[in-house]
Amino acid sequence: MTSIEAQVLQPYKYGFVTDIESEDVPLGLNEDIIRLISKKKGEPSFLLEWRLKAYRHWLTLTEPTWANIHHAPIDYQAIRYYSAPKQQKKLDSLEQVDPKLLETFDKLGIPLAEQKRLSGVAVDAVFDSVSVATTFKAELAKYGIIFCAFSDAVRNHPDLVEKWLGDVVPASDNYFAALNSAVFSDGSFCYIPKGVRSPLELSTYFRINASSTGQFERTLIIADEGSHVSYLEGCSAPVRDENQLHAAVVELIALDDATIKYSTIQNWYPGDENGKGGIYNFVTKRGACRGKNSKISWTQVETGSAITWKYPGCILQGDNSIGEFYSVAVTNNRQQADTGTKMIHMGKNTRSTIVSKGISAGKGQNTYRGLVKILKGAEDARNYSQCDSMLIGDQCGAHTFPYIDVRNASAIMEHEASTSKIGEDQIFYCKQRGLSAEDAVSLIVNGFCKEVFKELPMEFAVEAQNLLGISLEGSVG
Amino acid sequence: MKTGSGKRETGNVLLEIRGLTATVATDAKKEILRGLDLTVKAGEVHAIMGPNGSGKSTLAAVLAGHPAYAVTGGSVIYKGRDLLDMDPEERAREGVFLAFQYPVAIRGITNSYFLRSALNAIRKHRGQEELDPLDFLSVLEKKLKQIGWDDSFLNRAVNDGFSGGEKKRNEILQMAVLEPTLAILDETDSGLDIDALKTVAEAVNALRRPDSATVVVTHYQRLLNYIVPDRVHVLAGGRIVKSGGKELALELEDKGYDWIKPEAVNA
Repeated sequence: MTSIEAQVLQPYKYGFVTDIESEDVPLGLNEDIIRLISKKKGEPSFLLEWRLKAYRHWLTLTEPTWANIHHAPIDYQAIRYYSAPKQQKKLDSLEQVDPKLLETFDKLGIPLAEQKRLSGVAVDAVFDSVSVATTFKAELAKYGIIFCAFSDAVRNHPDLVEKWLGDVVPASDNYFAALNSAVFSDGSFCYIPKGVRSPLELSTYFRINASSTGQFERTLIIADEGSHVSYLEGCSAPVRDENQLHAAVVELIALDDATIKYSTIQNWYPGDENGKGGIYNFVTKRGACRGKNSKISWTQVETGSAITWKYPGCILQGDNSIGEFYSVAVTNNRQQADTGTKMIHMGKNTRSTIVSKGISAGKGQNTYRGLVKILKGAEDARNYSQCDSMLIGDQCGAHTFPYIDVRNASAIMEHEASTSKIGEDQIFYCKQRGLSAEDAVSLIVNGFCKEVFKELPMEFAVEAQNLLGISLEGSVG
Repeated sequence: MKTGSGKRETGNVLLEIRGLTATVATDAKKEILRGLDLTVKAGEVHAIMGPNGSGKSTLAAVLAGHPAYAVTGGSVIYKGRDLLDMDPEERAREGVFLAFQYPVAIRGITNSYFLRSALNAIRKHRGQEELDPLDFLSVLEKKLKQIGWDDSFLNRAVNDGFSGGEKKRNEILQMAVLEPTLAILDETDSGLDIDALKTVAEAVNALRRPDSATVVVTHYQRLLNYIVPDRVHVLAGGRIVKSGGKELALELEDKGYDWIKPEAVNA
């Protein structure tokens, strides 16, 4: 291992387990399990029916094999689909939350207690299958913003849920989306009313704790006409020898003149240096710019997970709508990532921008896969794509699969790609100016990711910095 | 230290190279330096000249600790310490500066950030307080004024998309900020037009200090019209085969290197 590699192969810092009693459903998946989950959550019948329909459809599907990833077959009957920390049925205030849970989130740098909360950020904290606390709910309600656990939304705003659930990612969309639709247990729900600009960053932190358990959450964000919201998500999981499945669905809806900015720092347990353990992160994320002049921007920093399979995309339906995708994906040791985006141009004068930075180290395999589709009616659509890969060491791989499908001749498409290696010459140049090898690697990686990091909200830029062990000064702003 | 007895006072010996031999790191048979001797005192400017392939750039790289070369014999004493025993970054922090013949680009990192990181690494090593961006800016402005340059480089990424001449100027700007004790300029004149050459030379002259020395590695005499050396050495076949005053450079310009070479072979 070179000194450069040693620098990026940092130990996983969030691998602890919280010792807490949990309420589990039996292992395996069948209609009874789905009914049990739905019953535990006290759901209305439309939702149970929706789940069962998704499940029946899932049974007809087979796992996709087109991605550039390799893993042993997943035994879906060996997974537990619901696990929740035992606590009082209804929580009216934070004081009733188990201190062990508060302590867990404290340790993760997400303090929930009122006096310690991050200023400017409202947090929904999800622990295994349930949301345990949501901060600043009342403050946001003053603006008419609904920000709550998905289960709360089902109880308190069933009309909104019924109207929008599955609108962007239908239950039948793909194998993992269908599975999620059948068994999803919690997640976050946001509704930003007309003309409101959210005064806070909204965020969700997902923590997997229980063993043999999968996490299947759903996030649904609706930005009504002229509204604006910036949403962040983070996640982590304990170090375990087993592979755990995380199959989430995220749906974003932006109506006329609305803007949604969605940022992710994905730091699931990546497995050890031999590829043992780690999360299988099979996620479907999609946003629909339903309204004219709307905008959806995805920014992701993917450093964790044994396998990442995700393609946050935008359906650019409204005229003049804008879709953006900024991504940094790091694969180390034996991690595999097959990630990218889909930009579907439907409306006139729609624009999309894709900036993808893949960093491969150790024996990591990093794949960018992206689709840009310009439909017939998308007059004067434009896309700019940039895919850069950086290799650290000589046992890793970088792959790029850009798909372009243009059905309107007025489209303007640009695609740039590059592959570079951190060279001894770059390191030596920095050393010759007095910098250590570690600082040199930080500097080079940081500079490589700059275009993506500058899209992150400040709170997350710091987290990204900690994750990559790099300084963001000089890169941000 | 004063030696008394009416002798002309010269600077302390800064660098003492004795019998230095070095090969390409990946090929021990490929010997490039073959017993090189050189003494540089504080306050002096030395020029190392020689034909292509004589080992000039290798000498510069070896002094900076480049991993592409392996030192196989001899000694290098710098400020009384064994230079060869130090890591490249320690050499840099101790004041050894190499102006690269081919400066390397670092995407996405601004020159001013890079320079501040480097200066702070050096300051930290010296036990000095690190500079925040504002303090650094005032240091920078002072230096720019000293060498008479504007700040147009500072917010561009390090050497990224720079022309050949801009890269060379950028090396000198870094030298100005980092205030080295031993500056080695490796073919800084190559690729510069006459105006740029003058600008660079004037900056180097403005930066001269009684406690520091400059080693100019060059193929051509042209640069030495502007940076006037105290000593000129001719490197051939991996060792210094002739030394003299600044007039030696003119002689070389006149006669070329061929009249030196036989001596080297016969030596």
